[in-house]
Amino acid sequence: MTIAPVVKQISVKAAPERAFQAFTANTGAWWPKTHTIGKAPFETVVLEPRVGGRWYERAADGAETNWGKVLAWDPPRGVTLAWQISASWAYDPDLITELELRFEGRDDGTTRVSLEHRHLERLGANAAAVAEQLENGWAPIMQLFVEFVGA
Amino acid sequence: MTYRADGLTALGDGTRRAIFERLADRPRAVGELARDLPVSRPAVSQHLRVLKEAGLVDETPDGARRIYRIDPRGIGAMRDWLDQHWDQALAAFKDFVETPEEPAP
Repeated sequence: MTIAPVVKQISVKAAPERAFQAFTANTGAWWPKTHTIGKAPFETVVLEPRVGGRWYERAADGAETNWGKVLAWDPPRGVTLAWQISASWAYDPDLITELELRFEGRDDGTTRVSLEHRHLERLGANAAAVAEQLENGWAPIMQLFVEFVGA
Repeated sequence: MTYRADGLTALGDGTRRAIFERLADRPRAVGELARDLPVSRPAVSQHLRVLKEAGLVDETPDGARRIYRIDPRGIGAMRDWLDQHWDQALAAFKDFVETPEEPAP
């Protein structure tokens, strides 16, 4: 049994090169400020542009918090990242969920951006451990997260 | 999405937790679980029964064997969060990409 992947598609009015560059090299400029796992707000998000490169957020004081790594690097057509953030909102080097981005240029000058976040069932063991720890299931975990990111 | 109370009780046992974590890694048959753990095969079967009644694992027949795997309902909340996260992140990404670049100084 697997969990259905999260699949998204959007169209942007820009060439694939620009879309790819914005996604990978300027992540910190558009990434939701509240969707972060570092102890302090991030100043930037860094994606090292090569297979095996790190993907992390960096706070103003220089502290780095890992998110994952680059699994496939094919500019400007696509990039596949390991999203290694567990259900307890922490970096877990043993957890790999895959995030694949595709950038397809069209004749009208726009780019179709396709996103697939898959292997979410791998979050399972951790999800259960967290539930056991808090003894109250998922709702309070989500509440803690909302309070954490809302602070 | 919440775990049922009996699911939490079921995972309070160390052996059941070990079984559950092995099934989260990949689906397995009873015999394989018993080989990995310092408990008897009947004991593993008993633990699996408790986990199944708690809604934490599911089983499917495979010839004479039964293959056990985790029941993913508990992961639903994380998936829901990611689904919303990517909607929000991609909308912000689109705004950023479509904003004209500053002319070079």
